[in-house]
Amino acid sequence: MVKLIKYLKPFAGQIFIIFLLLFTQAMTDLSLPSYMSRIVNVGIQQGGIRNAVPEVIRASEMAKLTLFMDDNAQAAVSDDYILLDKDKLSPDDYAQYLRDYPALAVGAIYKLDTSEPAEIDKLDGILGGPMLIVTTIQQGGISAFTGGELVLPEGVDPFDLLAQMPSAQLAAIREMAAEQLASAPESMITQSAVGYVAAEYQAIGIDVGHIQTRYILSVGGRMLLLALLGAACSISVGFISARIAAAFARDTRRKVFVRVGNFSNSEFDKFSTASLITRSTNDIQQIQMVLVMLLRFVFYAPIIGIGGVIMALGQNVSISWIIAAAVMAVLSLVSVVFLVSMPKFKLMQKLVDRLNLVTREILTGLMVVRAFNTQGYEERKFDRANVNLTGNQLFVNRVMVFMMPAMMLIMNGVMLSVIWFGAKQVDLGAMQVGNMMAFMQYTMQIIMAFMMVSMVFIMLPRAAVSAQRISEVLETELVINDPENPQRFGGDIKGQVEFQGVSFKYPEAEDYVLRDISFIAQPGQTTAFIGGTGSGKSTLVNLIPRFYDVTEGKILINNIDIRDVTQHDLRDRIGYIPQRTVLFSGTIESNIKYANENASGGEVEKAAEIAQALDFIQKSESGFETTVAQGGANLSGGQKQRLSIARALVKRPEVYIFDDSFSSIDFKTDAALRRALKKETGDSTVLIVGQRISTIMNADQIIVLDKGRIVGKGTHKTLMESCEVYRELALSQLSKEELIS
Amino acid sequence: MSMRQGDSSQFGRGTQPRGPGRPFGPGGGHPGMMGSGEKPRNFKNTMKNLIQYLKPYRVSIIFVLVLSILSTVFSIIGPKIMGKATTKLFEGLVAKVSHVPGAAIDFTYIGHIVLALIGLYAFGSLCAYFQGYIMAGVSMKVTYNLRKSISEKINRLPLKYFDTQAYGDVLSRVTNDVDTVGMNLNQSLSQIVSSVTMIIGVLAMMFSISWLMTVVVLLVLPMSSVFVTFVVRRTQIYFKRQQDYLGHVNGHVEEMYSGHNVMKAFNGEEKSIKQFDGLNKELYGAAWRSQFFSGIMMPVTQFIGNLGYVAVCIMGGYLAIKRTIEVGDIQAFIQYVRSFTMPIAQVANIANVIQSAAAAAERVFEFLAEEEETPEVTRPVKLDRVTGRVTFNEVYFGYIPDKTIISCFSADVKSGQKVAIVGPTGAGKTTIVKLLMRFYDVNKGSIMVDGVDIRELRRRDLRSTFGMVLQDAWLFNDTIRENIRYGRLNATDDEVIAAAKTAYVDHFIHALPHGYDMEINEEASNISQGQKQLLTIARAVLADPKILILDEATSSVDTRTEVLIQQAMEQLLKGRTSFIIAHRLSTIRNADIILVMNNGEIVEQGNHRELLAANGFYASLYYSQFESYNPK
Repeated sequence: MVKLIKYLKPFAGQIFIIFLLLFTQAMTDLSLPSYMSRIVNVGIQQGGIRNAVPEVIRASEMAKLTLFMDDNAQAAVSDDYILLDKDKLSPDDYAQYLRDYPALAVGAIYKLDTSEPAEIDKLDGILGGPMLIVTTIQQGGISAFTGGELVLPEGVDPFDLLAQMPSAQLAAIREMAAEQLASAPESMITQSAVGYVAAEYQAIGIDVGHIQTRYILSVGGRMLLLALLGAACSISVGFISARIAAAFARDTRRKVFVRVGNFSNSEFDKFSTASLITRSTNDIQQIQMVLVMLLRFVFYAPIIGIGGVIMALGQNVSISWIIAAAVMAVLSLVSVVFLVSMPKFKLMQKLVDRLNLVTREILTGLMVVRAFNTQGYEERKFDRANVNLTGNQLFVNRVMVFMMPAMMLIMNGVMLSVIWFGAKQVDLGAMQVGNMMAFMQYTMQIIMAFMMVSMVFIMLPRAAVSAQRISEVLETELVINDPENPQRFGGDIKGQVEFQGVSFKYPEAEDYVLRDISFIAQPGQTTAFIGGTGSGKSTLVNLIPRFYDVTEGKILINNIDIRDVTQHDLRDRIGYIPQRTVLFSGTIESNIKYANENASGGEVEKAAEIAQALDFIQKSESGFETTVAQGGANLSGGQKQRLSIARALVKRPEVYIFDDSFSSIDFKTDAALRRALKKETGDSTVLIVGQRISTIMNADQIIVLDKGRIVGKGTHKTLMESCEVYRELALSQLSKEELIS
Repeated sequence: MSMRQGDSSQFGRGTQPRGPGRPFGPGGGHPGMMGSGEKPRNFKNTMKNLIQYLKPYRVSIIFVLVLSILSTVFSIIGPKIMGKATTKLFEGLVAKVSHVPGAAIDFTYIGHIVLALIGLYAFGSLCAYFQGYIMAGVSMKVTYNLRKSISEKINRLPLKYFDTQAYGDVLSRVTNDVDTVGMNLNQSLSQIVSSVTMIIGVLAMMFSISWLMTVVVLLVLPMSSVFVTFVVRRTQIYFKRQQDYLGHVNGHVEEMYSGHNVMKAFNGEEKSIKQFDGLNKELYGAAWRSQFFSGIMMPVTQFIGNLGYVAVCIMGGYLAIKRTIEVGDIQAFIQYVRSFTMPIAQVANIANVIQSAAAAAERVFEFLAEEEETPEVTRPVKLDRVTGRVTFNEVYFGYIPDKTIISCFSADVKSGQKVAIVGPTGAGKTTIVKLLMRFYDVNKGSIMVDGVDIRELRRRDLRSTFGMVLQDAWLFNDTIRENIRYGRLNATDDEVIAAAKTAYVDHFIHALPHGYDMEINEEASNISQGQKQLLTIARAVLADPKILILDEATSSVDTRTEVLIQQAMEQLLKGRTSFIIAHRLSTIRNADIILVMNNGEIVEQGNHRELLAANGFYASLYYSQFESYNPK
């Protein structure tokens, strides 16, 4: 995984934007519960009144509060409030104010004259205490603050009394009150101050219900905007991450494809074709999927996780352990489930493969099974595979089934803990009910984030394997490279092919496949190679287009070592007809022209004619425009081989290599084809690998291979006399009389 | 019968096995989410069949349904009760703040609620777990039974069936389709019940709290389902497109990699990269769109969920002031709204899930309903001692009823005689073999063994009189010993070794690592073609049949093995009637009867001399071999 990260560099800017967006999204997600908490705390519980700073207050009430303020506080308050008095206002202003504050008719009113949050905060601290004291005095008399020394006579307003007190005595009472206030919990002060303000508003004649509704709506409105912002962020993240992932997949796919295009057979052998295909396709899809997950969820989780913790801590520190416990519980649940099911998960693919194998065996051996009456045996074998697979699936399913209920239990347990321990905190006044409810939501969000991460971590190992496989391809050193200062073949060359003491072994193999091979194939002549399977005849000709490089010795074309020219130049000189016919999807014409795009229609037709392909091409309805399906699936083996020969012919190369290219062509066509070829190839060097004696027996030079060594070299006639291996081969195919006739 | 994989290649002609098309297992793919878009053709019938398979487990299933309802109900009433605790807390607090005398938070009450809830939730989770536990068991058993039925069905199907079916198709039914059925069964059955219970229950609870808020929520939430349907539809389009383009890219990659020698030999690298770039660009466009659209679902549903959340907060706040509802109710309501979206999405999705399950189940049941081999005769004849005389009596046969390829073929093969079947590749030489073994029945006329029509015999009895060695040597993934023993399953180890000696393979086997206990690998590629052939000969030796069917080797094995195979075959043929699909001239010339086949038909019959004299197809075939070195 780490190795692929460097390929993400071009997307760094976009990833940074994603990061910012996710951050915003997390902030909005996290602030929603705190807004809800405000609706409960302020909106419902405090009637929409935010703090102890009244918008307006009767002058008479202000006088009472002022009694419990020191000089500094009094000065601060009088700075921020202006007095509305019937006598001092213009009639217009008066009428307007009266509509808002009916109590103005009765007496003067102070109106708040600031909207600075800092100033209001300061006032909140100043006014809260006196309000609580005033409320207490109004409800229970003054005795609470005078230590019971002072008993009021009936009908005397305690505030009048206080107002008349000497300032020293008043200061003493103020001090005593302050002491008591210090021990009261903060929320207590706020709550009663809010109650005081509400009562005051009512007295002034303001519609309190309206304030409350307005408050709830304004908070709700802000919540809506936040939700919208969050959704917008999230969608943008989805958009950018989808594009990054797809672009990353596109670029990586291209890199891999180009890289593999440069691979020689050695690298193909190392990886196997099937595996390379998977690496270029499925593995990259896999990475693309995980990348999206990574960008959208894995980045998001820590942001919301940390943010959630901070927010939750802001609500109340002392029950935050619940979050830690919940996260621990989730993590241990996931890891236990993961650990228990992992071995069985790994086993799963094997068991599926086994079932597939058994089924495939039954299907491929249908006739054999029936011929030997072993249906019962096969059914038992299938049953074993079936039992093992379903048993394993059952186990994994049951472990997975455990996940959901356990998860629910943890979630619900967390909720209950928050309620129980939160209630205690509320009782102590350290927390409000709305905050407790918000705390619950935070906890859920945090748990969800961790869940998401752990799910991704389950996916990650698979993606890591894919990433590893891709980077293996990208980092493979090429075995066959072009020389730094290549020679050139020049315009007019003869295609003489010479092997000088060539030995070859496959990379990392122990044994040599070819040993000490030397021969010269002359232009205008046919050189044939024959031998049993594993004799190395096909390997030998595959060295010429440099599909592999020789291990020892050298190969010369026109007296130049083939490693001294570029691969492009070398292959331009060779017409190669492979053992396993390869056609590309397209048309018959596009396949023949694959060797030489500039070939004219006439040339294509000529090549097809020589390859004995013209007949069947013309019989087909669309002629040369006939579609060729992938791999040439719609053509027979013989037709494919003939097209593959035509393709090489249209190139008019100096060297022809027929790697066992006549095997699917029937005897008659084979003979006709070789007669036509003989005329066409003219001065070119022709190399033929054959299995049928009849195919090669007319060659100018026959090279007999056995176990990688040349054991005979000559014509059919000389070899029949001198070479034991050749004779054996010939006799196994044709009878004595036939060989002599 | 559809050919789903577009593979018309006939079975048994060396087509490569096709792996299952899609990765297996839980977590592989998105079950249901994207909806395969495949629809069953006959939904009702398929369901009826499926229910048949579920019937034995009806008690368990009823249990599952009850448990699922229980656990859902518990999870529904939870929030309401929890809300009560919050309300109590709030009331206590307000009373305390308002200095009501003796006011305190009622912790005993809250404690009771918390305890009750712990019990409730624990029990609910337990129900949910057992529900899943039992259901997993049931669906696995159904999966198991379906697979077993398929495997048994394979052996009862006539070979004819596989002429038109790629076996990758059967393979994908055994794994993918059965898996899809099992997985969806596991999910959907309990999910339908719990989702529906959830929706009804939550609705009821919400109404009981406040009808006004419920109406608001009900106005908001359908928006989300409308949106989800829209997005799903869009996503499917792009997913399909992505899949298509992916197919193009994969196709090109596959083509170029497997043909890379040719590509390089003709310097086609640049051309291929140019083509790749075009395809890759198209794929990119479809890929990010499909990713984006599938990813948009979550934030938007979340947003709509948040809308509901805000609406509940505002309404709830308003109603709480009016004292219509309690603070705890808001909390409960929020939880309900949050748990309301999921079952709705599930129910919306379930139609897809069921549909793809039904489509998969249909393919399985279709296979199980295929016509089987004609039943055995009620009173079969038993052959005591087979001499090996085989008579063809005016046999007519065609793979397709109206295309007769063997017309009025008669021949009398006496005990111990050798019959060679010759003809170019693809001439249908195995047809005779298939008729003899009764893989196919003749259309008209009869084939008799020792004077008894083979249709009067039980198939097993008939087939046990034959031994068969095919060119495409069939070995399976087990030890060499077991592979030989396959010829007669109750053979002792000594008999196995004796057979191996007769087939000249004992020496070979000893040279292999682990000898007789060497395991043949899955592709049967760890021993050579020639060795495989020898093993199948040993197998036939062990079976000791009266009549032999042999397919001579054409593939080039090295000369020494070739000689061994020759010798082993000679050994095997001694004293037995034999039918040989022959390639070697020496075999053909020595045959008592030569059947010449071309284009699926028997065109000539007679011995070597007679056929040459007739100067027909056989003669031209024979002489064409030498044309190459007869210059004129």
